[in-house]
Amino acid sequence: MRKFYVFLTLVLAFVVVSASEITEVKIGAGWEMTGPIAGFGQMSWDGVKLAMKLRPTVRIGGKDVPVKVVLLDNKGDKAEAANVVKRLIDVEKVVAILGPCTSSCALAAGAIAEQKQVAMVTNTATNPLVTQNRRFIFRACFIDPMQGELLAKFAWEQLKSKNVAIMVDVAQDYVVGLANYFKRKFAQFGGKFFEEYYNTGDQDFTAQLTDALSRNPDTIFLPGYYSEIALICKQARELGFKGNFLAGDGADAPELIQIGGKFVEGLYYTTYFHQDADLSPATKPFVEAYVKEYNRRPDAFGALAFDAYNLVLDAIERTQSLDPIAIRDAIAATKDFQGVGGSITYPEGSGDPVKPAVINTVKDGQFRLMTVVRP
Amino acid sequence: MSLAGFFQHLVNALSLGGIYALIAIGYTMVYGILRLINFAHGDVFTYGIYFAFYAVVLFLMPWWVAFVFSIFATAFLGAFIERIAYRPLRNAPRISALITAIGVSFFLENFAIVAFGGRAKSFNPQTGIYPTSFLNMINIGGVRIPVLTFITIGIVIAALVLLIWIVYRTKIGMAMRAISKDIPTTKLMGVNADRVVSFTFMLGSGLAAIGGILWAMKYPQVYPYTGMIPGLKAFIAAVVGGIGSIQGAMVGGFILGISEIMIVAFVPSLAGYRDAFAYAILLFVLLVKPTGILGVEVSEKV
Amino acid sequence: MEKSLSNSLKFILTLALIVVIGFLLFLANKRASEYVILILNLMAINMIFAVSLTLINGITGIFSLGHAGFIAIGAYVSTLLTLPVAQKEMTFLIKPLIYPFNQIQMPFLPATLIAGLVAAGFGYVVAAPSLRLIGDYLAIATLGLGETIRIIANNAWSITNGALGLKAIPPYTNIYWSWGWAFVTVLVIASLVKSSYGRALKAIREDPIAAKAMGINVFSHQVVSFVLGSFFAGVGGALWAHLITTIDPKSFAFSKTFEILIMAVLGGLGSISGAIIGASIYTVGLEFLRVLESPFKIWFINFPGIPGMRMVVLSIMLIVLMLFWQRGIMGRDELTWDLIYKLFTKSARRRGVVDE
Repeated sequence: MRKFYVFLTLVLAFVVVSASEITEVKIGAGWEMTGPIAGFGQMSWDGVKLAMKLRPTVRIGGKDVPVKVVLLDNKGDKAEAANVVKRLIDVEKVVAILGPCTSSCALAAGAIAEQKQVAMVTNTATNPLVTQNRRFIFRACFIDPMQGELLAKFAWEQLKSKNVAIMVDVAQDYVVGLANYFKRKFAQFGGKFFEEYYNTGDQDFTAQLTDALSRNPDTIFLPGYYSEIALICKQARELGFKGNFLAGDGADAPELIQIGGKFVEGLYYTTYFHQDADLSPATKPFVEAYVKEYNRRPDAFGALAFDAYNLVLDAIERTQSLDPIAIRDAIAATKDFQGVGGSITYPEGSGDPVKPAVINTVKDGQFRLMTVVRP
Repeated sequence: MSLAGFFQHLVNALSLGGIYALIAIGYTMVYGILRLINFAHGDVFTYGIYFAFYAVVLFLMPWWVAFVFSIFATAFLGAFIERIAYRPLRNAPRISALITAIGVSFFLENFAIVAFGGRAKSFNPQTGIYPTSFLNMINIGGVRIPVLTFITIGIVIAALVLLIWIVYRTKIGMAMRAISKDIPTTKLMGVNADRVVSFTFMLGSGLAAIGGILWAMKYPQVYPYTGMIPGLKAFIAAVVGGIGSIQGAMVGGFILGISEIMIVAFVPSLAGYRDAFAYAILLFVLLVKPTGILGVEVSEKV
Repeated sequence: MEKSLSNSLKFILTLALIVVIGFLLFLANKRASEYVILILNLMAINMIFAVSLTLINGITGIFSLGHAGFIAIGAYVSTLLTLPVAQKEMTFLIKPLIYPFNQIQMPFLPATLIAGLVAAGFGYVVAAPSLRLIGDYLAIATLGLGETIRIIANNAWSITNGALGLKAIPPYTNIYWSWGWAFVTVLVIASLVKSSYGRALKAIREDPIAAKAMGINVFSHQVVSFVLGSFFAGVGGALWAHLITTIDPKSFAFSKTFEILIMAVLGGLGSISGAIIGASIYTVGLEFLRVLESPFKIWFINFPGIPGMRMVVLSIMLIVLMLFWQRGIMGRDELTWDLIYKLFTKSARRRGVVDE
């Protein structure tokens, strides 16, 4: 008999857990909350949490309906990313999806969202394939071809680089893509470059760096992610490298400075956001709210996740409907959305906004704004 | 390649190989005694780094106190894991113990994600975790080498000498060697086998903590999966050297560290295959001499 | 002596069970949400993995940890064969795909079969040197082989597209393919195990030297078991690739082998029905434990969702299971009609005692 009571209690518990049905707008979120690049997912989620706090409801039919964001962890794993999107749509019945922030996961998740016809807005997946031939996938960031060209131009014109060593993480779509776009443009300028290869999670780069330094590069381009970038900078300086470091948006995490310390001083990188950059009227209030909430400076991942959330809510308010396809159409029609990372307008038939980019540098242990490059 | 360049690679290779050797000893001692591949050893290594990190950042210990604390804390963690997860399975089928080891490894990794967070923590002199002077460069014949590399090599040698002394010159070391030959007989001699096994785990885990701290100073970060790759490499090193043999683990560690650095240094285009070298060496050694370089032939029992 | 069921009755029961499962799957395919269908597909594919690993590890006693490598081969080969030519040109950005593959496109079934055969062929090639080793050394060597396959896939850009992996794979895998193949896998392996060949395999597991003395060609038996297991691992890999629709070398890291090993051990290493049960429980359980990661409320207490919590619980469950239930759910027994009948009569008799 005791067993029966235990069983009954358990059943009751589940009934209580599952019986919290009220009228609300459910938005799904799938981010890299654990796993090797958990930093990106956690920063993104912090941005959404702040956005939810500032704008907890959405106005539909003259009524303020509370918004609920269901977050699922994809562990930075492609198969899980696809799985998470399926669950969000089928079980949680969400009307739109935010995330994931890496290109590899966004590619896998996007295939499902496209097939099930639910709009997905990724904050920072920059690989062009993510939105290519997809109607339901959007992003709140620029794309890698643009970033690569910008970096090449910056290296050629500002840094006066002639011979660039490129450290390619061959395990990441994003890195290989960004390196390629950089090479294409840099070759057009007439610059010389060569590549060295590594894998995500590698910790010792001295062999590749010794080889690279023997070819006298004036700049090392690091299109990878922050933890490897920090280690490469450290080991390159220890081997006596005196030139410039250049990186893409994968460098944009506080860990870069925490891990790299004095060795990442003077590194330049492109990204979407900087708290001092005047990207739109929404930037300043966001920075203030973020600092107040978390007591630290906002980062690009959180800022663009914040934008993605508001972008979806705006679309819902414009269409006044919770039909996923209507929401998709409303997102596609977004014009001059004043995001904290700059205004977003989707060109006809594309999920890639034309957006400004920011070039930052590391100085005195802080990320400092260099310039804002407008399209 | 210039002589200076070669010297640079050699010093790097020695410090990397030394750390592999420290971890490999933990694998080999446990295997020697329990015939168990302790898959959780790489994660124990990770926890050694976390203990040192939190001792400094949270409990504000001076760095050298924190390091000693971490070595002891990790040693107890190792013994605790053995007590909870492995001891009850000592007479169970070998595969059960192996699966449990995998389970413990999964648990330690995932617990670290929940408890310490998935993001990498910085292990830098800025946080007061070790003196900045470790990063100063020494110039030897045009080659710049950080002081840390020499400290690493020095500590590795000291730890290995201490270990050899414990295993070959003390009573408990003698008990360890006896148990690895034959547990029931050693028990009959009045040796408390459980205590010796616990001690072995403590010794192995303590060495892993030393390796971990050296590793984290070299590659200044720690995250829940830090120990995975070095753990696997050290495991291969233990097998290459002859699993069960302490000298073998040392030899294996250095072979792996040196070949890894040198092959990438001489044939940089093969850098992507870096991890595969370790396996290639492993397969080669296993096929030529299945028990490893210094391993002892065990005849099949009928 | 227990009464046992007649063979014809058992055959009818088995047939009925298959028909019922088939009907339920048909119903699920029509009615259930895509999420449920995904889980059902994963369940069947995991069964293929777990049963094929059980054949190698549990029944023949070859402690192989290289299963993920064969799965990878199956996944890559099948994908290279089914991917539309235009898609291949789009995917292989860095280095073009080498000759025969960049012109071929074929239907799913032959691609799956070829994938299985290539995996089996590879199994045959590596079996000969590996099987010279014994026990833990074999385990370590196969682990190394599996990882080597992954690293080669990571670097052979003109065949595998390296770390970028293959994308936009046609989603051919559906309930019928996955469960159909799971059925074939179980049928083939179960009949092999039941035959005299299977008894020889078990003899090898228990004592290779005694088996040799009985006149069993230990080596050739082990090779056959290894090759057959590799074949089904390859087939499973093909199904998996066409279910997930994007693969890259990271998907086949050695944690994949561990995952399958957990399923097999959970069900009882050495039991085919155990492997099926283990795979089902693992697949469904992992999804069910997601409850732990979303915020939930029990009466008045709010529990915040902690990402990563379900893996902590899963690993604790695995350790506890190993400590208290080492042989898994089925041990080395098979779930047969006789066993169910026995259980049924036993509990009926016990109830009878209570009534008295």
